[in-house]
Formats: sequence, C-alpha cells, structure tokens
Amino acid sequence: MARLANWLRLAALGVATTIMVAAAFPAAAGVDLPKLEKGKGEKCVEDTQFMRKNHMDLLKHQRDETMRKGIRTTKHSLKKCVECHASEKTGSVAATKEDFCAACHSYASVKLDCWDCHATKPGAQQVKKSTSNSSRVTKSASSVSPLMASSISGGNQ
Amino acid sequence: MNNPSENNVDKMEDRRNFLKVGAMVAGATVAPGVLFYGVAHSRAPEEAASIGVRWGMLIDSAKCGDECDDCVTACNTENGLSGETGPQDTQYIRKLNIKDLRNGRVHSLPMLCQHCENPPCVDVCPTGASMKRADGIVLVDRHICIGCRYCMMACPYKARSFVHEPLTDQNPEVPRGKGCVESCTFCVQRVDRDEEPACVEACNANGHQAMLFGDLMDPESAISQALKTHASTEVRADLGLNTGVRYQGI
Repeated sequence: MARLANWLRLAALGVATTIMVAAAFPAAAGVDLPKLEKGKGEKCVEDTQFMRKNHMDLLKHQRDETMRKGIRTTKHSLKKCVECHASEKTGSVAATKEDFCAACHSYASVKLDCWDCHATKPGAQQVKKSTSNSSRVTKSASSVSPLMASSISGGNQ
Repeated sequence: MNNPSENNVDKMEDRRNFLKVGAMVAGATVAPGVLFYGVAHSRAPEEAASIGVRWGMLIDSAKCGDECDDCVTACNTENGLSGETGPQDTQYIRKLNIKDLRNGRVHSLPMLCQHCENPPCVDVCPTGASMKRADGIVLVDRHICIGCRYCMMACPYKARSFVHEPLTDQNPEVPRGKGCVESCTFCVQRVDRDEEPACVEACNANGHQAMLFGDLMDPESAISQALKTHASTEVRADLGLNTGVRYQGI
C-alpha cells in the first residue's frame, strides 16, 4: 500500500510539473515585445544595442554638462532625441504607450520623471524642420520594420 | 634679389596683406558693433561657460515706462510662463512702481533675479541645486532641487517662484515642472547661442532702450562703458552681494 501511495504521489508531482512547464512555455518563447516607431533620421547617434543599454547614462552626463557648465553639444541631448523620435501620430515621445520612450518604459515598468519638466514634443521650429525631413525619409524607408522592434526579436533568437 | 621665385613670394605676401587689411576695413565699415560683439562673445557649443565672462544687466529706470510691461510679456513667451501674477504663479521678471513718499517721485523698474556674485540662495541650498555658473548666471538645477524653498526665503529680491501644479507643453528649451523652485536665468539658452535675454531684446526692439545686457568683465563692452560713465546702483547694496543687475536713476 505504501508503495502504491508513493507511486501515486510521484505521478501527481510529474503531472503538476508538466502543467507548470507548459504554462510557462509561452513566456519563455517571448511575450510581445514593444514595437517602436522608427526615428526620423537616417540612424541613431550610437549603435542601437549601445543606446538600449546606456541611453540613461548618456542623458545624465549630458544634462550635467549642459546645466552646470553650459556645454550645449547636440549629439546626446534629450531635445535632439525628442526631435528624431517623436511619433508621427501623436507628435510626442510619451503621449501614448506606443510612443518611443513610453513603449519600452511601460513594458519594463519603469517610471520616467523626464517628462514632468521636459517637453515631449519638438518645438515649433523643429516640427517644421522634421516634417520636411520625415517626408523624405519615410519615402525611402516606408517598408522598413520599426527600428528597435526588429533588433529586439533578433537579440532574443 | 631678381630671382623670379622670390619676387613671386613677395607678391604673394603683398596680396595676403592687402586682403587682410581689406577684410578688416570691410568688417569695420559694414557692421562694427555686430562684428565686434560676435568676436568677443562667441562660444562653441562644446566649450564650457568661462570664468572670464560675467553676464550683467544695466536698467535705466528713467527710460522705463510706468505702464510698459514689454519685458514681462517677452519673458513669459520665451520661458512658457502663464503670465498670471497670483501668489502661487511664477514670475521671472515683474514691474515695480515705487514712490518716494517724502517728495512724491515715482520710479518704475523691472525686478528680476539679480545674479549676485555671492548669492544667498546658493549659500542656503541643502542639495546644491541652487548654483552659480562660471559666467555668473545663477540657476536652479531642477534635477536635484527637492523643492524645500529655503532659497526663496533667502533671496532679498523675492526673485524666485515655486511651481505648485503639474505643467504641460513646456518650451523644449526651458524645461520646468512641479515641485521645483525657479527664477530668471538671463535666458541662458539664448545667451549660450549669443543672443540677449528676451526682456532686453523686447525693450530695445520697442525703442525704450532701458535695458542693457553684456559682459561686465570685458572693459570694452557697452555695459562696462555705461557703468564707467554713469552712476549706477545695486538694490540692497548693503548686503554686499555684488549683484549682476544694476540700476540707473533710482
């Protein structure tokens, strides 16, 4: 009897494990990753992988340089990020959960304080400039998949 | 001496000198003020603000009209301020009309952050958010401001405001938000690209010429020359703050 009980217990454990693994499997295969809009420019100022890992450090460094010393280089400035990555639909980087910054940050559940003070939209002058740029870029790149979405799935495989 | 190549070199030298002199004459005659201003102050974007410059302002209250608030309007537009003047609203610059009760004489003047050399707001700041830039512009680093408002209490000019409510649609060049203290920045974003603060530009554009902005360290600048020629006053000079904003006629 004891043997049978042991055997049953083992079988139950096996079944439970199978169920759990099966339930976990879709997650392992990949939850829907954020789909990001392609920026307006030709390419980002740094490599995509590098930006994904280090953009916060670049921005923090730049903020202190600009704020404290008055150094206003544009390569890593938040304003330039916004000009390039503002959504075609909303004109913003964080108005909806699909917009460039909000897409990843809501996915990763990281709250952004940047937009409490900084504008999420390019200024009036920049909008004019970027629309003329974007029409040129979209023509050539309309079939290209979203900038980071493609590389994110690439990284997972 | 008659070597042809040497002659050529001489000619080249002559030509070079001629062009140099020509360029200088042309520059001086076409737009002397603009040219010299540009040469004196232009700073590359990657270059930090220098301790060799101190930005200052001279305000002539005799030329400042009682009813005029062009400087205030320009400031509000540039910095994205609401223009409301309630106790909880931000004002970077405000117009004061002061009357001497003994003789009835009335002054009108704009009051703004005085960009002190020894700013009390910077002294009292517990986090280092309140700071003076190398070129003398006093700023609040909103990234580390905790909104304690000690600086507002320390400022003898009542120049600082606190943002009480969440803001939207800020000017991309002037980030500002709830929970931080703020004040006049001398339009630092404009100064860094070689422009005058919005208030000065508006005052001059409208023909009042009551405000003069420039480098106090440069003896040739218009403001240094004016300070050398005319008597000027610091508001609350007794505090020994050595303000960057000076007044004439008060």
